[in-house]
Amino acid sequence: MAATSFKTIGKPRRRVDGRAKVTGQTKFADDLMLPRMVHCKLLRSTLPHARVVRIDASRALAHPGVHLVMTGRDFPIPYGILPVSQDEHALAIDRVRFVGDPVAAVIARDELTAFDALDLIDVEYEPLRTFADPEESLTHSTPRIHDYGDAGNIHKIVSLGFGDVEQAFADADHVFEDTFFYQGSTHLPIEQHAAVAAKDPDGKLVLWSSTQTPHYVHRALAKALAIPAAHVRVIATPNGGGFGGKSDPFNHEVVIAKAAMLLDRPVKICLTREEVFYCHRGRHPVLMHFKTGVKRDGTITGLHVKTLLDGGAYGSYGVASTFYTGALQTVTYHIPTYHFQGCRVFTNKPPCGPKRGHGTPQSRFGQEIQLDKIAETLSLDPAELRLRIVERPDTLTANYLRIGTIGLAECIRRVTHAADWSSTYRKLPPGHGVGIACSSYLSGAGLPIYWNDMPHSGVQLKLDRSGGVTAFCGATEIGQGSDDVLVACVAEILGIDPIDIRAVTGDTDLTPVDLGSYSSRVTLMMGNAAIQAAERARDLLAEAVASKINVPKDRLVFAERRVFDAENPATGVAFSDAVCLAETMFGTIGTTGSYTPPRSAAKFKGGGVGPSPTYSYSAAIVEVTVEPSTGWIDVPRVWIAHDIGRALNPTLVRGQVEGSVYMALGEALMEEQTFRRLPPRLSHALVHKFPSMLEYKSPTTMDMPDVITELVEAPDPRGPFGAKEVGQGPLLPVMPAVANAVYDAIGVRIDEVPITPEKILKALDAKAAGKTPRYGPSRFPDIAWPETLQVPPPWEGGDGTAVNDQRRSVPDTRERHGASASAPGVGPRRYEKVGPRER
Amino acid sequence: MRIPHAHITLTVNGEPTEVAFAPYKTLLEVLREDLNLCGTKHGCELGECGACAVLLDGQPVLSCLVLGVECEGRRVTTVEGLASEGRLHPLQETFADLGAAQCGYCTPGILVTAKALLDEHPRPTRDQIRDALSGNLCRCTGYQQIFEAVEAAIAVEVPVADGRRSVLDTREHSARGPSEREDASEASGGGAPRALKNAASASGVGVGPHAK
Ligand code: FES
Ligand code: FES
Repeated sequence: MAATSFKTIGKPRRRVDGRAKVTGQTKFADDLMLPRMVHCKLLRSTLPHARVVRIDASRALAHPGVHLVMTGRDFPIPYGILPVSQDEHALAIDRVRFVGDPVAAVIARDELTAFDALDLIDVEYEPLRTFADPEESLTHSTPRIHDYGDAGNIHKIVSLGFGDVEQAFADADHVFEDTFFYQGSTHLPIEQHAAVAAKDPDGKLVLWSSTQTPHYVHRALAKALAIPAAHVRVIATPNGGGFGGKSDPFNHEVVIAKAAMLLDRPVKICLTREEVFYCHRGRHPVLMHFKTGVKRDGTITGLHVKTLLDGGAYGSYGVASTFYTGALQTVTYHIPTYHFQGCRVFTNKPPCGPKRGHGTPQSRFGQEIQLDKIAETLSLDPAELRLRIVERPDTLTANYLRIGTIGLAECIRRVTHAADWSSTYRKLPPGHGVGIACSSYLSGAGLPIYWNDMPHSGVQLKLDRSGGVTAFCGATEIGQGSDDVLVACVAEILGIDPIDIRAVTGDTDLTPVDLGSYSSRVTLMMGNAAIQAAERARDLLAEAVASKINVPKDRLVFAERRVFDAENPATGVAFSDAVCLAETMFGTIGTTGSYTPPRSAAKFKGGGVGPSPTYSYSAAIVEVTVEPSTGWIDVPRVWIAHDIGRALNPTLVRGQVEGSVYMALGEALMEEQTFRRLPPRLSHALVHKFPSMLEYKSPTTMDMPDVITELVEAPDPRGPFGAKEVGQGPLLPVMPAVANAVYDAIGVRIDEVPITPEKILKALDAKAAGKTPRYGPSRFPDIAWPETLQVPPPWEGGDGTAVNDQRRSVPDTRERHGASASAPGVGPRRYEKVGPRER
Repeated sequence: MRIPHAHITLTVNGEPTEVAFAPYKTLLEVLREDLNLCGTKHGCELGECGACAVLLDGQPVLSCLVLGVECEGRRVTTVEGLASEGRLHPLQETFADLGAAQCGYCTPGILVTAKALLDEHPRPTRDQIRDALSGNLCRCTGYQQIFEAVEAAIAVEVPVADGRRSVLDTREHSARGPSEREDASEASGGGAPRALKNAASASGVGVGPHAK
């Protein structure tokens, strides 16, 4: 094809679903109202940890307007997002593990009746010891919250070594050791989770749900309800915000699916805001220890990271989250030797899972603050230090992550220039400060959640004689603009307008599989699949047009809804005529495209978490003012540069960057998912401190600073038109940049988030008393780490395998088919896969 | 036990409307469940998020905190009532064009609140916009593109003769990648970005629907 400049890609455009959203016509799950629909409410545990001795639902069942009451007995088969953590039941079988764990369900003629009937269900509990924080779970192995996991109440414990860090510390001029704490926070999508289930006229199950992962919900429903997957249809309604919080298969989805099948009536559920807080699956609270060796010039000789994750009551994505706390440290800066130890424990709190940045913001926070301290000790400018140690493009890191393009140095230069860094850093008056930090994120997880070799994303195109095109893809629109990316890629290749294309997405009956809207994978994976499908369609059309107008196929241009001769633009046909010509020549025109990520170089156990086709990079400078008498922090401005590869629709890209900065500031300054004990005269239960939007503080229009966004565009050949991710990466540098700015402003280190006025005052008090001017955790607990898997880095002749993993020689097939790892009695050091397959 | 329905008459999006509903229902529930106007959303039903905002006699209210029975004889405007005569309201145009609606869930509440602001202050400052929207949580956008969209809607509604910032000025300080810059320079001959053109053509400068 003759080269053309882009017509759609790279232009700021109204998103394809923009009109629907501003007219209130976007149909979210709770907007579905079906004839004969009944409503579901869940009875949730009032105790954090207890045996369920007896449930008597007879009074509820007799209540007028109640159609059905269900309990754990109706749901004997467990499910869970990862094959290795099939530890959830739709309703508790015999144990509740956190306040909010669903115990029973009522289906009634309306919500109010269902709600009233919940009070009529009598549950007898036998309380068990409550594990409120990770150290309790580490020290007490019984009662076990789950009967699987690496030991006692440890869900997952890992130790990975890449080269000799001890030698690296011995070779260093300075060794820094710091402990940090990152508090948990929740997604707080404005849309509460909602779903509708129905038996379709053929007797098959349909579920509409505000889910980010319809494909995984499809699999979970088929498993948990023992229905053939081909008889289950999951439709992801557009999500009113997800941020990772709608990525697990949820209890309420399984419950209403079964109820709809039993009653043969549509069943709806919409969670209350309080329930959404208890569903959670949000940011893990992580305690971490960083030990870094550096040369006088700033070169890093080695890094040892230890993390302790408070997982809450279920597995969720936790095994992956654990590895993610140690996966991406090596992707930003050159780290020749690396040792990672991570441990996730179960506690009796709502389960943690993936929130924007999944497992990586916590350790990024520690790493970037420690770099600020290193720069100060070495008398280096922290921006200059980072520029010196930025990793090179097209390299394999110590832990076998293959880096593509890397625009981090350019991000640092752009952001320091925009913020006038050299005349502000350490030069502002007391109480005013600036801080810098950098980060990196995946453009899609390189491995799927369950073991398979199939594509991660598929697109089908149907070309109509009218010139209209329909693009089918399983991708899920959660607000990020995935429908727009799909349509833009197809429009660009076929030379038509985005409005000529209809996107049909997120429907397991109609669309080819896309794994879901998580890990920032959709633009890269779906985009590449869409390009392949569109190029195949273009080839068919080109062949038909070439023979019709007698022009060589490779001279044809597709643009402006025409197919024409590059050398003689007047010679050509309308796009719709081109479709007719092709249909005449080949029959009905439909094409497919798919995308499978490149094979990972990491072959060691645990190497499945971290690989990605390519990585995005960000650098942020945050300005703060701190009032020393009150500790009050104000953020007037944030500058952020993001290495996007190419901005497919700059309007949406900027929205993702600004939205990330917003969410990051919430985590940096105010958001906390924390718990308290009710007084003993009540139940002494461990409950959410403030499960309401009023008290769970999140930034409002009054808090949001000006954000100055710089997009660094160096197209990466691995991405569609060169694009990399933007939905998550720009969140990562902001929290540490705030902490570093606070230090610049008032000379105290706050080594944890959220950074609150109270903590600032405590640090200032410590400073005044001549103690370390700091607020943060003082110690990392002793943990009985397993033997470290030794993987020599590439520059020591390693091939990505561990030298001391004997089990590697035995081919493992156990979880190829997603077999459950939740069998009771599994010993602590069992060889288990980490969800994503190993190659 | 079933409670007898309440029955009221009110004006919804300019149309006289009769509706019967369970008397404990909020205006939010009456709109969504009894009048099938699902454009109005909810994020808490406790008056905390602003997603359910509608205009009651022209004033923004949280419809989850208003009982249906309080609305006898009153005028209610929802997102479905912003467009008129087949044309989107300038705010709808600029919100769609400038990325002010990401997931779109907070959007209906923000649009009606912004409309009330513009009805009262045709040329609000950035601070007035922040203030007016401070009760509407948006979890996606970081608010900046929302502010810009409101400002762009002002620009298309009133002539830009007094040196006040127009859409183009507003958009300038937000940095963008080379391709977008290219586009801006390309477009400079042709005048305004699409947002402005659309909105201008939709409203007719200065005679937007809410000049009614
Ligand atoms: S639903 Fe009314 S304020 Fe949240
Ligand atoms: S656009 Fe999603 S909450 Fe505002």
